[in-house]
Amino acid sequence: MPELNLTSAPAHLRHGSNIGQPLTRRDGILKVKGQATYAADNHPPGMLFAVMAVSSIARGRVTSLDVTAAKRHPGVVDVMTPDHKPRLAIDPEIKTNPFVFRMEVLQSNEVRYANQPIAVVIAETLEAATEGAVLLAPRYETLPALVGLDAGESFVPPVVGVGNPTENHRGDVEAGLASAEKQIDAIYETPPQYHNAMEPHAIVAAWDGDSLSIDMPTQGLMLSLGRIAELFGIAPDKIHIRSPFLGGGFGSKGLMAGPQVLGVMAAKLIGKPVKLVLRREQMYGPVGHRAPTRQRLRIGTDGEGRLTALDHHARTVSSTFDDFYEPAADASHTLYAAPAIRTSHDAVRVNTGTPLFMRAPGEATGSIALESAIDEMAWACGIDPLALRLKNYAEVEPITGKPFSSKALRACYEQGAARFGWSKRSLQPRQMRDDSGLLVGWGMGTATFPALMFQAEARAAIRRDGSGAMEIGAHDMGQGAWTALAQIAADAVGLDIDRVEFKAGTSDLPDAGIAGGSAHTATAGAAIHSAGAAVVAKLADLATRDERSPLFGAGNAGVIARDGRLIRRDDESRGESYAEILARAGVAEVEARGTGAPNPAAMEEYAMHAHGAVFAEVKVDPELGQIRVTRMVGAFAAGRIVNPHLVKSQLFGGMIWGMSFALHEEAITDRRSGRIMNANLGEYHIPVNADVPPLDVITVEEHDTHVNALGIKGVGEIGITGSAGAVANAVWHATGVRVRRFPIKIEELLT
Amino acid sequence: MKPFDYVRPATVAEAVAAAAQPGASYLAAGTNLLDLMKGGVSRPDRLVDLTHLEGLDAIDRLADGGLRIGALVSNADLAHDAAFAKSYPAVAEALLSGASAQLRNAATVGGNLLQRTRCAYFYDTASRCNKREAGSGCDARGGENRTQAVLGWSANCIATHPSDFCVPLVALDAIVEIEGKNGRREIALDELHRLPGDTPERDSALEPGDLIVAVRLPPAARGFAAHARYLKVRERTSYAFAVVSAAAALRIENGKIYEARLALGGVAAKPWRARAAEDVLRGVAPTADAFQEVAWRALTDAKPSGDNAFKIELARRIVVRALTLAAAGTPARMPALPASPFASTSGAIHA
Ligand SMILES: Cc1cc2nc3c(=O)[nH]c(=O)nc-3n(C[C@H](O)[C@H](O)[C@H](O)COP(=O)(O)OP(=O)(O)OC[C@H]3O[C@@H](n4cnc5c(N)ncnc54)[C@H](O)[C@@H]3O)c2cc1C
Ligand code: SF4
Repeated sequence: MPELNLTSAPAHLRHGSNIGQPLTRRDGILKVKGQATYAADNHPPGMLFAVMAVSSIARGRVTSLDVTAAKRHPGVVDVMTPDHKPRLAIDPEIKTNPFVFRMEVLQSNEVRYANQPIAVVIAETLEAATEGAVLLAPRYETLPALVGLDAGESFVPPVVGVGNPTENHRGDVEAGLASAEKQIDAIYETPPQYHNAMEPHAIVAAWDGDSLSIDMPTQGLMLSLGRIAELFGIAPDKIHIRSPFLGGGFGSKGLMAGPQVLGVMAAKLIGKPVKLVLRREQMYGPVGHRAPTRQRLRIGTDGEGRLTALDHHARTVSSTFDDFYEPAADASHTLYAAPAIRTSHDAVRVNTGTPLFMRAPGEATGSIALESAIDEMAWACGIDPLALRLKNYAEVEPITGKPFSSKALRACYEQGAARFGWSKRSLQPRQMRDDSGLLVGWGMGTATFPALMFQAEARAAIRRDGSGAMEIGAHDMGQGAWTALAQIAADAVGLDIDRVEFKAGTSDLPDAGIAGGSAHTATAGAAIHSAGAAVVAKLADLATRDERSPLFGAGNAGVIARDGRLIRRDDESRGESYAEILARAGVAEVEARGTGAPNPAAMEEYAMHAHGAVFAEVKVDPELGQIRVTRMVGAFAAGRIVNPHLVKSQLFGGMIWGMSFALHEEAITDRRSGRIMNANLGEYHIPVNADVPPLDVITVEEHDTHVNALGIKGVGEIGITGSAGAVANAVWHATGVRVRRFPIKIEELLT
Repeated sequence: MKPFDYVRPATVAEAVAAAAQPGASYLAAGTNLLDLMKGGVSRPDRLVDLTHLEGLDAIDRLADGGLRIGALVSNADLAHDAAFAKSYPAVAEALLSGASAQLRNAATVGGNLLQRTRCAYFYDTASRCNKREAGSGCDARGGENRTQAVLGWSANCIATHPSDFCVPLVALDAIVEIEGKNGRREIALDELHRLPGDTPERDSALEPGDLIVAVRLPPAARGFAAHARYLKVRERTSYAFAVVSAAAALRIENGKIYEARLALGGVAAKPWRARAAEDVLRGVAPTADAFQEVAWRALTDAKPSGDNAFKIELARRIVVRALTLAAAGTPARMPALPASPFASTSGAIHA
């Protein structure tokens, strides 16, 4: 990979501290000019094209493939099938750790879901490989497909999400409900949804003996590296993965997926570099999705609208061959101060690819149901929905009783409501109109997402020319890691951002952990921060021990790194530049490593979450039922904001996704065949520009000394939560019709 | 992709000759055809590229007061032709409510008329579909069919025609000029698209090799310019096909409707002209009651073909609204959201 030429001094670079500045993306110009190389832009010499043939049945067996016809097609070089493929070093069905999911890599003829890869055609051109895949004309032995939330006997999974208990209790829910003055008992449904990152999953793989070179978008370089190493039986240091840019991931590129393994296998089979890129419709199956849910909420309140009990049960699905359970009910753990809470899950198995992490997994699905139910309760009590939420404001985390490490939700409610003008809302639905007669509705939802930390390491250096370097295998999936992490790096080594060479995005760099769980900036940032501190300490050591230095005798604790200089804390007139220190010491550079990791003691003591409040206005045509969101305001408290500009973009994206959740997104599955009938971006609706109203994001000041050294909480996922419910509640407020099956459709409003 | 011959004829006669053989298909902008080819739904042996033909991209005002639109005029160029939009505002509005700006820049008049259905089972080559493969069955029946037809469907096919453009055109009695093996002929647009009956594999009245060279609007069509609207209900504000749409055009004189035109989109395998319903309005004042009556009349024969009964009620309401909007008068400027129920959204909110 040629050196990335990032914009070193963005237009509005200010000197002084780097964290907190609204820098534009340093990779922006590359992207606008088309010079940012995404995985599929690579064409090593001699490269061949691989195209997957995928199953059109959801359950059964492939009985024949016309390999001869495919091979006869001009340009086709080989066809990889279960009978003709390189051997893997371990059975991919074996789960070697909790982040390993089963994949279909031609190990048998069994078909477990529609769009499962069943063969790979390798050819000199993409066109030839594509036609070769058609010519395979698979025949099947078809079994009845298991489809939908009632596909079979339900069971209680051992865990949901990643290791969360399936059930949680606090207090006596039944007693709480029995004593309640008002009760809500409602069932909400959410559909299957697919990530649909703009950039499809892709890989360019090239073997050289037992060394493997890979271009591939991934949110988890080291997890992918480890998985490839075990599947192909090679040492991790023989593998080099480059992932400088992702065209979106949203969780679907977190773990090594089957199709990318097939690309590596194809390259091995043929002994040449191979490129394999998924077609849009092929992304509806082997690369994860958000499972559908059916959620029942039972809520009780006393005469004043104070919760007496909250019971949240979620039914979801997993695949027939692996386990991932959308932890939807867990959304009720943290927000509302009910003395009795119960959350529980059950599931059925269906013929789909295994559902996986999709932006706010569990939080998004759970939030729309919970926020709808709270809204229903407010109406039942005759109380303004914001007032009801404030009455039930959780001063400690309801499910655990732990104090929050920080929680500025009250300020979010206040600032968001003020900006939106919430106080003018009519309590009754279907009361507000605009002057063209359209129904107007206002709704709100509370946003929340845990502040997580994973493990990461970074390497920092300070060089004799006074510049710095920071290396970490971090991932820029469009969220702006090239910029935000470089800002942290610059402060960590006490230099301007344009004096620090920031390296990320390849597997030979220190492990940055996964870019997921809204934890990347916090985790990688913590590692960068500590690597910077360590390298500055080394430099200080050099200076303070050298009697020729003006800092001699100051001791480590006695110097500050600022603007490329070390300065005595007690006497700022005494200091010297990095370059001077290194020149005198005769060293080319000093380097050090640092790590970022969760702090178990703090986690034991505190509940750690980001929060927010989202307000939405919709207009609905009273006769025709068409809906349009006309305004949204979101106020979020997420600890320290490293780059307000990028954070705003993340929150905008999340809010738009929330709107999409309420009104648009749904994978429409044929209940007979189990095939997804809208596996394309024309018919799988997401909001288009014309659907997106002016959005207003407020970031509320919040200082958190417990989550991590920098006080960073994530912003990647929280924007969806709260927003979906706010839009749904606004639709109710506009129309008086409570729709409990999402996305809300026109026919539901044709009253 | 399946290999195919590509020919680029220089004249209409050469094009017709080149396309007469079985397995040949005309290629205009390809915004529909190439998608179908990539999905394996259409597998032509030969593409006859129309885009280099001379003389098919003009908009001509005819001596008799009519208008002739060449088959290769792009959807965007037509909609943005100021004189055209002034004379046929509902047609311009329909064009601008379709697809996206990029697609409209490419898509042609001929291609828009002959675009294929968006039935998901037609696109999914693993499904049975009588339209794609005659006699194979229809998986849309009993499947996911909430957007399928409520008028004119048969047990063999319940698909709809997706064009917005065609809806006001059929209301305005547009005529299609065709060049075929046996020379030039013309038919009413209303006769171009076929209802499925027992042969849903035949979308249109065209014979192999037939080339649409132009669409003509008769002189009378401009008489509706003052009261013509297109209204399209869809599941997002833009870039979505109609769930149901309607074109309404009125000639109002002295407070009475002199002549009314009404057509529905998204309800049948063809743009659906509601002639019997139009008659209700002859000589009456444009009142809500009259429009209700029209709506009932227009949907008398409608029946659900699946989980889509709501489309019948929605269609009635759209008819009433489209007529109401038309009666109120064509807006002086094209709305920012053409054909949208939110076209006239303003700011002020009150209880
Ligand atoms: C994502 C998406 C969204 C869309 N949304 C809408 C929408 O909301 N409303 C809407 O109305 N349309 C919509 N469209 C459809 C679009 O209008 C059509 O694809 C377009 O009009 C086709 O024109 P074309 O020139 O590209 O035709 P092509 O794709 O080239 O051809 C289409 C068909 O017409 C035949 N053909 C073309 N020209 C002639 C001719 N002169 N004589 C004989 N046969 C001919 C071709 O053989 C082919 O069978 C959408 C399309 C897409 C891809
Ligand atoms: S409705 Fe028509 S187009 Fe759709 S599957 Fe049935 S036959 Fe095919």
